[in-house]
Amino acid sequence: MSVLIGHYNYWIVIFLMMAGLYVVIAQGNLVKKIVGLNIFQASVFILFISMGKIEGGTAPIVKEGMSLYSNPLPHVLILTAIVVGVATTALALALVVRINEAYRSVEEDEIHEQDQSF
Amino acid sequence: MITQHLPVLQVIVPLLTAPLCLLAQNRRFAWGASLAASGTAFLIAALLLAQTLEQGIISYELGGWSTPWGIEYRVDTVNAFVLLIVTAISSAVLVFAQRSVTREILSTRIPVFYAVYMLCLAGLLGIAVTGDVFNLFVFMEISALSSYTLIALSEQRRALTAAYQYLFMGTIGATFILIGIGLLYMMTGTLNMHDLSQRLPAVTATRTVETAFAFLTVGISIKIALVPLHLWLPNAYAYAPSVVSAFIAATATKVAFYVLLRFLFTIFGVSFAFKTMPLNLIFIVLALAAMFAGSIAAIFQDNIKRLLAYSSIAQIGYMILGISFASVTGLTAAILHLFNHALMKGALFLALGCVVYRLGMANMKQMRGLGRRMPWTMAAFALGGLSLIGVPLTVGFISKWYLVAGALERGWWPLAVAVLVASLLSLVYVWRVIEAAYFQAPLPAHNDETGEAPLSMLLPTWALILANFYFGIDTSLTVGVASSAAQQLLGVSE
Amino acid sequence: MSASTALSLAFWTPLAGALLIALNGRYPAVREALTLITASLLFASLVTLAPAVFNGAHPDLTLATLLPGLSLHLTLEPLGLMFALLASLLWIVTSVYSIGYMRAGNETRLTRFYTCFALSLWATMGMALAGNLLTLFAFYELLTLCTYPLVTHSGSEQARNSGRLYLGLLLAPSIGLLLFALIWTWQLAGTLDFVDGGSLRGTASATLLGMLFVLYAFGISKAALMPLHRWLPAAMVAPTPVSALLHAVAVVKGGVFFILKVTLYVFGIDLVAELQTTQWLLYVAAATILLASLVALSQDNLKARLAYSTISQLGYIVLGTFLATSSGVIGGTLHMIMHAFGKITLFFCAGAILVTTGKTAVSEMHGLGRHMPFTMSAFFIGSLSIIGLPPAGGIWSKWFLMLGTLEAGQQALLAVLMASSLLSAFYLLTIPLRGFFYPSPTDMAGAGVREAPPACLLAVGATALGCVGLFFYADSLYTLARLLVPGGSHG
Repeated sequence: MSVLIGHYNYWIVIFLMMAGLYVVIAQGNLVKKIVGLNIFQASVFILFISMGKIEGGTAPIVKEGMSLYSNPLPHVLILTAIVVGVATTALALALVVRINEAYRSVEEDEIHEQDQSF
Repeated sequence: MITQHLPVLQVIVPLLTAPLCLLAQNRRFAWGASLAASGTAFLIAALLLAQTLEQGIISYELGGWSTPWGIEYRVDTVNAFVLLIVTAISSAVLVFAQRSVTREILSTRIPVFYAVYMLCLAGLLGIAVTGDVFNLFVFMEISALSSYTLIALSEQRRALTAAYQYLFMGTIGATFILIGIGLLYMMTGTLNMHDLSQRLPAVTATRTVETAFAFLTVGISIKIALVPLHLWLPNAYAYAPSVVSAFIAATATKVAFYVLLRFLFTIFGVSFAFKTMPLNLIFIVLALAAMFAGSIAAIFQDNIKRLLAYSSIAQIGYMILGISFASVTGLTAAILHLFNHALMKGALFLALGCVVYRLGMANMKQMRGLGRRMPWTMAAFALGGLSLIGVPLTVGFISKWYLVAGALERGWWPLAVAVLVASLLSLVYVWRVIEAAYFQAPLPAHNDETGEAPLSMLLPTWALILANFYFGIDTSLTVGVASSAAQQLLGVSE
Repeated sequence: MSASTALSLAFWTPLAGALLIALNGRYPAVREALTLITASLLFASLVTLAPAVFNGAHPDLTLATLLPGLSLHLTLEPLGLMFALLASLLWIVTSVYSIGYMRAGNETRLTRFYTCFALSLWATMGMALAGNLLTLFAFYELLTLCTYPLVTHSGSEQARNSGRLYLGLLLAPSIGLLLFALIWTWQLAGTLDFVDGGSLRGTASATLLGMLFVLYAFGISKAALMPLHRWLPAAMVAPTPVSALLHAVAVVKGGVFFILKVTLYVFGIDLVAELQTTQWLLYVAAATILLASLVALSQDNLKARLAYSTISQLGYIVLGTFLATSSGVIGGTLHMIMHAFGKITLFFCAGAILVTTGKTAVSEMHGLGRHMPFTMSAFFIGSLSIIGLPPAGGIWSKWFLMLGTLEAGQQALLAVLMASSLLSAFYLLTIPLRGFFYPSPTDMAGAGVREAPPACLLAVGATALGCVGLFFYADSLYTLARLLVPGGSHG
């Protein structure tokens, strides 16, 4: 039981990761796939941030009277990772726009029919 | 004073050239600046290699922040070697690019092309030079995103879907690597590679570290295009502009392979990676699958670029096989093949680029009778093909020798036989192209007098071909550095 | 000049010649003259080296270090010298022949032809002068690649298909079996150098060494041991000068040369005699000899018949080597030379007939001797050498081979040798006999068939004379061969 409740953050991570991957694989619409990718990436962000939290620690900003702080490093790493994620999403969406211009569709199977690309 | 900052200059020079190309909006200037940046990067890489061979490991603290809290750039024999080959290929490809991109990329987009190319180069060099795992992830994404863009710059619409698929698989791979990094950080509290190698032995028995190992290996395998995670590669190489195919084929998977070496041998250590985890067996099976599936698939391809792409998948199998021996000979073979394959594939893709420049496409039909109309190009392709097969006096032979010697050293002679049989398979697909070029008459539609490729494209192609032969005869640099790198990798870890 | 200089000259001359020929493609006369000059220079430099080798000297040249501890290394010892002299002398003769032949046949793409020819001879020299297994292997592979454009010269579909078979049956065993054997040898012996008495003795169990020996025997598919012999009949699609020099002399002799070197200097005669697999290989060689002779009987195409005859005769050399006795090795070595002269004569005649009358089938050559007496007589002399009858040199090598079978206690193999000689009499002598004594079909008399072009006749005459000359002057060859076996003064 303690595994379930004590590690609830990891369960959330796993759920989101699997949901994201499922969307990426199972969805035929290219834009929805990107959504799935974002969910997948979000799960990783939560993994990092939740591991940085110290029980009983406060926000990582120096303040008088506080001795225990949560780890600031994961936050920094995740800010970078979020930026990377944003760039990836932007690029993916740009590709979808171009694909739409070229194929007049954003559905995977219709594109596949047009020339077996996928 | 500059020599102190070489590690960081290696990345900054191409990185700053990128916005320069974009701002200038002039094709010639963009090309000139890129070539200058790439050439400078090559010089820096050569200097770094010389320095590290003399002094040992070079450690550079970014911004003066001391390790292990600050980001460290750490150069030893392995990554200096990788830096050298990446910058060399990049420079050769850029000389080639001036004419090649005019036919394959929309003229208004050419400055963008050079800008993104520089970003990709900066990313790859950053991966190779850094000593911090998160910094590695960031550079990996920089190079990945720019390579997706480079592929999508092609005029063919299939390149868009190829880039899209590559984006997804690449991002999933990078995210897996990020998960692995996170788990490692969780257990050790550090992101510095050297520090990780010191702290990990104490915690390797935990499931977290084993999970991290698994995520990292799978993530990197996606980037290397190790079978069965190779599905992005054939389309990406086939539909990208020729310059991009040449550059990425010769560098991207090699740098990813370097990341694998770093993680397996420097950070985790041989005993954990190969004795505790059954990586040996998994790698041998996957490598054999890659070697045979790749070679056999290549035999049936009509598009020559896809043929070379599948051939690359097979060659990656060779490199993984070398690692799986976990011996100095095996690792030397793998690192040697990293260098040699970059030379081989770079040369072959450049030769194909010449064909595409004249004929617009590179299918078997286009190759018919090309031996007579483009003699220098096809001669280059034939010689590159011989190197791929592993004829003595070429680099391919040296790699094969070490692989087979490594297998026999371990007593695993069936693997030695497998390597040689796979070479024979490569003979089949190389010879298909050579026969089409020299024995078949061109189809009537293609009979217009297109003639040989321009000199600025032939020269870098032949430079790489001659390098194939030079390093196949005078192996002191490549074998010397590869074996000292192998010893370093195996010695640093237990 | 010093021995090392002569050695360098011998090695680099054909390559330099090839380059010059390629550059002078537009001037046929210059091209052909360069070929002759290159061949003559090569022969001259080798002749200057001969006395040194007779006295036991070992001139040396290291070209490049390919791998740590393994270099491309040239040296000269009796066997290599014999092979090199043979190839270079016959190159001069073949050059004369090909000038006449190619001009009479209106062949095209001659620059590529002469360049690849010179390159093939360069590879042959590399093999003859090889100082270790790596060098020998490297030039062995290069020889395959340099001869491929010659085999596929005509560019026809048949040439392309034959080329595939040629390349496949030569490269597949060399990469799959021979390279494996090489690296294994390196692991066992620690060196790839050629060592008197063999470098492998005591390095592994007899079973493993036996298997290694089998890998070599079949990996060196240029020696045409069945079933890896099909490349040789396929290569007959090449122009006759190619078949004559390369597939009677350079390529096939390169194969048996490799086997001789491996037997003498990697395993050592004593070790080979002890291995269990040697007996099986002797049976394979014997089977090759007999089967190839039988197939030769059934071939109507003259070049195909000669090709199978070559396969059979190579079996003789391999048999002699595997007998692992002094006489066997001497017989094998001598046969390398006797067969070369005999077979090249036969091929020259076949080419002369082809280019003059257009005939390729034996059944069409009845009565040809009356119109081409010189050619047919030369054919007769060449046949004598192959069969092993006086006054041709072939009798000496046959003599030693038979002695070798008796020395080794393999009387059955003696019977095989004699049976094969009988068979070769049938498939070879019938041609000149029918040529002289049978009536000619009507078309020949009407068409006014004349003799072959003069350059061809010159070459044919020279080699026929050589066959007879070897009968009388074989003792210097014998002396050289004697140096190879234990008990000779080789040190």
